[in-house]
Parts: sequence; structure tokens; C-alpha cells
Amino acid sequence: MSTGVLLLSMAACGLATFLIRLSFIAFGHHLPNDPRFTAALRYVPPAILGALIAPEIFALNGSVSLAPDNPRLWAALAALLVARLTRSVLATIAAGMVALWMVQAGLG
Amino acid sequence: MAGLREEFLAGVRAELPLLLGVVPFGMIFGVLGLAAGLPGWAVVLSSSLIFGGSSQVVFAQLWGAGAPPVVSVATVGVVNLRHLLYSAAVAEYLRALPWRWKLLLAYLLTDEAFAAALPRLRDGPATPQRHGFLLGTGLTLWAGWQVSTLAGVLLGAAIPAGWSLDFSIALTFMALLVLSVHRRSEAGAALVAAVVVLPALVLPHKLGLLVAAGGGIAAGLWLRRYERGAA
Repeated sequence: MSTGVLLLSMAACGLATFLIRLSFIAFGHHLPNDPRFTAALRYVPPAILGALIAPEIFALNGSVSLAPDNPRLWAALAALLVARLTRSVLATIAAGMVALWMVQAGLG
Repeated sequence: MAGLREEFLAGVRAELPLLLGVVPFGMIFGVLGLAAGLPGWAVVLSSSLIFGGSSQVVFAQLWGAGAPPVVSVATVGVVNLRHLLYSAAVAEYLRALPWRWKLLLAYLLTDEAFAAALPRLRDGPATPQRHGFLLGTGLTLWAGWQVSTLAGVLLGAAIPAGWSLDFSIALTFMALLVLSVHRRSEAGAALVAAVVVLPALVLPHKLGLLVAAGGGIAAGLWLRRYERGAA
């Protein structure tokens, strides 16, 4: 797609992000203060992350495959374990990449 | 009473240790933004235009996958909804400020700037200059983020495609997921969204992502009723 569309899309993402951050700072006294609303917000990050991760592991070429000979499945499990143990973004990425390269080398 | 300058410098000092985690992430974003298919200038520009690590990763990934711009923007908006909580948490400390301060501090209100500034705003003395602390944390993070993404783009151009580096996008999301899950109902929301998204991939325009996120949020709210002492 064109440079103009890319630039406009990024600007729109930036504006949306900015308005969300500005919301309560600027208009706090006009916004709803419903506990159910704040409770629902809590589930936004895990839900969206779960939905982003699964296709990267199970639907590489557009079609869904749950087969156990998928190197990304084993790399993901190793990364999840390291993430739970270290709670470090860097260690998780390092472990997942090394695991992926090892499994790919072993299968190849 | 500490003046604006002292508050600002105290904020800078509070933010500096956090850069240890942010700078490598910025460099990784620079590398994987290129791997996802964005041109280098767009990767660098997104750090000041969007200015949010996970939302920039999501944007790069969706753009690279050919999602329509409207879906990309909507998804980035959903990813950033958590910032409503930050905005609500700092609002009472910034209420008396003029508009130009509110606009500037809202732009700088990221996960790490918020996390480093909230203890000072909430528990420190209620002086009229305390917003200087948030400016210090926010501006320090902003500068570190710009420099590290630029470094990542320069580095990423030299990495061969055979390294499957695009997988680091999924790994970044997994680390963020583990950090954001504190309750079983939150893990349940992630699991349900992950299961729903696979059959939902047949939906056009990457809409399955938003459908799955909605399903995960609904599942989380439902599971929450079975948690003892949940607020």
C-alpha cells in the first residue's frame, strides 16, 4: 500500500492512543465511573494478547495446523516457561528464539 | 518545597533504571518492525507518532499481514484501552494544570512513565510542582525509546531473513501476557481468546482478532464471578 496510507494509519493510531491517555486527565468529570467498566478493562490486555499469539504459532501459512511437528509450538512452550520463571521480556525472547533454532536444526 | 526543576530531575532519576528493560525492547522493535515489512523510516516515525511499545508491534504486524488500515487502527485502540486506567489514576493530581501541560503529560503517559511516577504523585507531598516528576519520567522514557528504535532499525537491516526473527513478535506478546496475568480469570480470558481466534481467522479483514478479544473479555468477566475476594 502507498506511503500516504501508511502515514495516515500511523497518525490515526497515534491520535487514538493520545486521546485514550488524555481521556480522564482532560474530561474526567464527564466520564463514567462504573466498576463493571473498569473490571472489563482488566481483561483487555490478556484477551488481545492471546488472540495475537495463537495465529503466530498455529496458523503460519494461512491454514490452521495443530500438529506436534510444528517447531514454533515447542519454542512457544519453552518461552512460556522462561517467562513464568524470569518475568523478563528479554529472557523470554532469547529463550524462544534459541529453542526455535534448536528445534528447526533438529528437524532439518 | 521542591521546585519544578527538582521534581523533574527526581523523575529522570526514577525512570533511568527502567530504561534497562526499555532500551533492549526498543531495539527489538526496530529489528522486528523491519522483519514485519515496514520501511525503516516508518518504524522510526511510529515511535514518536504512536509512542507505545505493544501498540507499535501490533501495528507493524497487522500492516505487514496486509490488514485494512481501519482494522489496524481499531486494534491498536483496543490494545491501548488499558491507558484509560492510567489516565484515570493520574487525573486528580493534574486537575489544576493549564491545558498545555495536560496535553503534554497525556502524550507522555506510557506504562513505564506511569509506573515510575505514580508512587511520587500518590504518596509524596501534594505540592503544586509535583507534575514535574511525571514530566521527568515521561521525557526520559521518550528519549530512550526514540534512540533505541533508531538503533534497532540500523541493526535490523544487517540481520538475514533465515533467522525467523518475525517469531520474536509472538515471543514479545507472550512475555507481556505473562506479566499482565495476575489471576486465573485473566489467564482464562487469554486462553479463550487464543482458542476462538483460530476458527475466526476465516473472517475477512482480520476481524477475527477483535471477535476473539471480545470473547476473551466476556470469558474473563464470567470467570471473575467464581474468584474469591475479587474486586
